[in-house]
Amino acid sequence: MSVENTVTTKTSSELVNRDKPIKVKPLNKVTIVIRLTLLSLVLLSIYGFLTFDYKDVGLIEGIAASIANFRVMFTEAHFSHFNFLEGLHQVFITIGLALLTTLIGAIISLFLGLFAAQNLSTVRVSNMIKSFVAFIRAVPTVLWVLIFAVSAGLGSVAAVIGMTFHSVGYLIKAYSESFEELDEGVIEALRASGANWWQIVWQAVIPSTITYLVSWSFLRFEINFGVAVAMGAAAGAGGIGYDMFMASTFYLDLREVGTITFYILIFAILLEVVAIRIKRHLKTV
Amino acid sequence: MQDKFFLKKRLNSILLFCFFLAITYGAIIITEYNVMDGFTSVPEAFRWGISNFYPTQSSLEKLPNIMEKLIETLLISIASATIAGIFALIFAIFGSNTTKINTFFATISRFIATLFRNIDVAVWSMILLFSFGQSALTGYFALFFVSFGFLTRAFIETIDEVSNNSVEALRATGASYSSIVIHSVIPSSAPQMLSWLLFMIETNIRSATLVGILTGTGIGFSFDLYYKSLDYNSASLVVVTIVIAILLLESLSNYIRRVIL
Amino acid sequence: MTMLLELHDVSKQYGNNTIALSDVNFSVREGEFVSVIGPSGAGKSTLLRCINRMIDASNGEIVFDGVNALGLKRKELRNLRTKIGIIFQHYNLVDRLSVIENILHGRLGYKSAITGALGIYSREEKEQALKLLNILGLEDQVYKRSDQLSGGQKQRVGIARALIQNPKMLLCDEPIASLDPNASKVIMDYLKDISKSMGITVLINLHQVDVALKYSDRIIGVSKGSVVYDGSPRHITKEEIHHIYGSEAGDLIMDLGEDTDYAG
Repeated sequence: MSVENTVTTKTSSELVNRDKPIKVKPLNKVTIVIRLTLLSLVLLSIYGFLTFDYKDVGLIEGIAASIANFRVMFTEAHFSHFNFLEGLHQVFITIGLALLTTLIGAIISLFLGLFAAQNLSTVRVSNMIKSFVAFIRAVPTVLWVLIFAVSAGLGSVAAVIGMTFHSVGYLIKAYSESFEELDEGVIEALRASGANWWQIVWQAVIPSTITYLVSWSFLRFEINFGVAVAMGAAAGAGGIGYDMFMASTFYLDLREVGTITFYILIFAILLEVVAIRIKRHLKTV
Repeated sequence: MQDKFFLKKRLNSILLFCFFLAITYGAIIITEYNVMDGFTSVPEAFRWGISNFYPTQSSLEKLPNIMEKLIETLLISIASATIAGIFALIFAIFGSNTTKINTFFATISRFIATLFRNIDVAVWSMILLFSFGQSALTGYFALFFVSFGFLTRAFIETIDEVSNNSVEALRATGASYSSIVIHSVIPSSAPQMLSWLLFMIETNIRSATLVGILTGTGIGFSFDLYYKSLDYNSASLVVVTIVIAILLLESLSNYIRRVIL
Repeated sequence: MTMLLELHDVSKQYGNNTIALSDVNFSVREGEFVSVIGPSGAGKSTLLRCINRMIDASNGEIVFDGVNALGLKRKELRNLRTKIGIIFQHYNLVDRLSVIENILHGRLGYKSAITGALGIYSREEKEQALKLLNILGLEDQVYKRSDQLSGGQKQRVGIARALIQNPKMLLCDEPIASLDPNASKVIMDYLKDISKSMGITVLINLHQVDVALKYSDRIIGVSKGSVVYDGSPRHITKEEIHHIYGSEAGDLIMDLGEDTDYAG
């Protein structure tokens, strides 16, 4: 086989029509869908900017004011309504809320997640749980908390239950998808040896997916920290979020807002670092 | 030897269990959470919900008003995620190990993204309230900042995951930096990035409700208004419209994901 | 014949104590087909990448086509890279783009930042791409997405991308390590053919000793970052292969080399 031979047997002119330009980018469904989606997003954004209710706040003045505010917040942060230790205590309340909701959510989700996984359950039960969970997730957390607050009163009980609800919605989806990715052969092997359903779950399913379960749960913990801050501000759940709300809307104390932002930022970054560590550790195990 | 192996494993499990029990107890104490109330209030809330929390004929009259707010909220969520996506793309290209120009710029861009991502959207909206007041821009920028931080990190991971090999190949042909980015990085990672963008829009709609409650704008404000005036029928109508909007959007973006990924 | 590539005392050090290459010296004549063999981690890949400075050597001198590669500025470096095509073990194609787009990427090195970024290719370039597809037997795959191709086909796209650069030299980094024996033979035959008929110099990393012996004009043996053999494939002895690979592995490789019949 030689190169010259191949060239003479089939010349390039057979492929190329001399008059037509040679196209390089073939249009396929994927490219069309990507472009259409991007185009609609851009058009909707432009339409949005034209119709927003600006209430006479200028964009440029607002940005200039924000930059000035950021400078004050971060360079002149101070304590006025609480001291350093009290602030720390409030942060721990927020972390406590996140921890409690994540743990309770994880336990409930573990059991429901097993029934939601198609390879461990029946199609009917799995679909039922999954659509119920999709509904739970579609209601924003703050609305869950406020709805529970009507009967339980504003406070940690409503916050914990409302946040747990949303965590359960999130974790069932994550857990059941991890279970479904499990190699069918592992389950088959245990079933062949006569193990019953619970034995299969404890001996095969959970040990082989535990790394995913842990990293999803910690991810949710990270999210719940943010949610707990927000619930403190918007739904009377207490913690550092409530102090933020007071400093921002009642005392109008920009410098204290800065202090609180530092608290939240430091702990959020700490959690993120731990999450990355856990992820890396699980990958190597 | 074998006995020891199983004993050790069991001991580890017990220790882990005790650890979680201890921190749970600690969390209950510090948050002053009442466990009994927690159990009893769930059925109570459901009983209340069934008898009070549903839309009625009279609340339906408020639907046009609610829809107007809902559409504004949807547009804010889309606009904030989309514009944030453009900025995030630029920062991700400078921040990714595959395409960074130098370590200094990469560190800076990662640092900025970390800062914006880790301040919660509720915190951003309370900060921005000082400069933008009760304008739609408060919510827009709060969502924009968080989206920008999150998407930058997601895009960096996408670029590093997807395009390492082909970037090497294009560099070997002597292609310029801009050619490498446009012909290798963008085409390889575009579908994954679009998927993240859609995820961000879904997240933003949920957050927008919260931001609305805090800043008195959009659909969150509508809910808060009816909720505080004890008009639970109208408040439930707001919830229903939000749920329908989110479910529709999710199925649309799931369809797009199925086609492009 | 003139020397196309000369390496003088080339060393590469990672960090303070990891030595990847130490004082490598060899030269390659124009049109030569040279195989670099050695165990995994011996520095073969690093060596290849130092030549067009995908990795910067710590010390030494690399002269390609009369130019010292280590002293080049950005613009000149891009210019050097257009003259050297690389073929990768994992093909390194942009999976989501069509075959012809991937091949045309080989022309990007000749373009300014703007025409390159916009992806403007001339008619001649496109025709050359189609011609190369013909030569490599890919005429039916022009507009296929490259992730739909088989491994052997992907590697042929990789070869076409390198050839459209009009290179003086091809660097091949384990081009058949991920392929089955059939596809491997096809790829090796194409490479040998290209080298002969187009007069392109080929420097290829291989870990199949038998393949290296069959196709090459010259063998360079690398062990622990140093060149331990440089000579004809006909005169290489069992002992020398043992020396390259370490004694125990040597037996296995030599047996394979004698038993497998690679002739096509």
